[in-house]
Amino acid sequence: MIIHSIFFYIFSIIAIFSAIMVTVSRNTVHSVFFLILDFITISCLFIMIGAEFIGMIMLIVYVGAVAVLFLFVVMMLNVSQQKNEWLSGEKNSNHIPIGLLIGGVIFFELIIVVGGWKYKPELLKTFSSIGIDLSTTNTHEIGKVLYTDYIHLFQLSGMILLVAMIGAIVLTFRRREGIKRQSYFKQISRERNEGVELAEPKNNEGVKIDV
Amino acid sequence: MFEITLGHYLILAATIFTIGVVGIFLNRKNIIVILMSIELILLAVNINLVSFSIYLNDLTGQIFALFILTVAAAEAAIGLAIIVIYYRNSGTIRVQEIDKLKG
Repeated sequence: MIIHSIFFYIFSIIAIFSAIMVTVSRNTVHSVFFLILDFITISCLFIMIGAEFIGMIMLIVYVGAVAVLFLFVVMMLNVSQQKNEWLSGEKNSNHIPIGLLIGGVIFFELIIVVGGWKYKPELLKTFSSIGIDLSTTNTHEIGKVLYTDYIHLFQLSGMILLVAMIGAIVLTFRRREGIKRQSYFKQISRERNEGVELAEPKNNEGVKIDV
Repeated sequence: MFEITLGHYLILAATIFTIGVVGIFLNRKNIIVILMSIELILLAVNINLVSFSIYLNDLTGQIFALFILTVAAAEAAIGLAIIVIYYRNSGTIRVQEIDKLKG
């Protein structure tokens, strides 16, 4: 138990530190690296409390796809002009203290809600809960529920991914000017007499070609 | 102290959520960092859902964490596509210079 708590504190400190570094780091590439560190740490926490499937999926989706996509875009755009400089912004702008104040108020409210919150015991009994069966694996449990009770939501999330994919393609698709392309319609609709000419050359004389 | 309860996870999630919100508030230069802050906020929501699911012994939270993961991936893809096309059209992605809407 004490090992569990020590690991929890280590992972939370790393997670909070890297979350802060994501927002204050001056170089955007460093921000992406700290974002990757944050995702990996949180997925370690998930695996530690027994949600292995979500932890592994988070590694695959966030680190493998989303963070690499961020890194790709950051490297593709001009890195030198996108320094993150909010700490040394304009002198006469007062957005930093107001933003910090509002952030502190939000944190304070969340802590109050977490600290003062108790479940009602009778509410817990009336849950129509899908209990976690510890005799099988976490992945097995999720699979049994996801493809039966939540099949419509599952298909809907597939539709969301499809729409996102088509949207990204449509947004970034660009038809360049001045590039020669194949015209399939012209190619297919050519007749024989436009393309081929029958010549009857005499012996020892060349053929004159009219273009 | 040494017994990790639901409250520990909720406080961790609240901290990461606040860091994400403050990152959006204070950022004046870089729009990619704003997108990363949104990812941090969604991560905090995922921590909440998964820890509630484990401590209340109910699998529904993990299912919904999966759906949030889907939406986060889609949102990141669309947002980065918008950033790329804006950069191609105007040559800058600094937050202060994106003022076409005159808001």
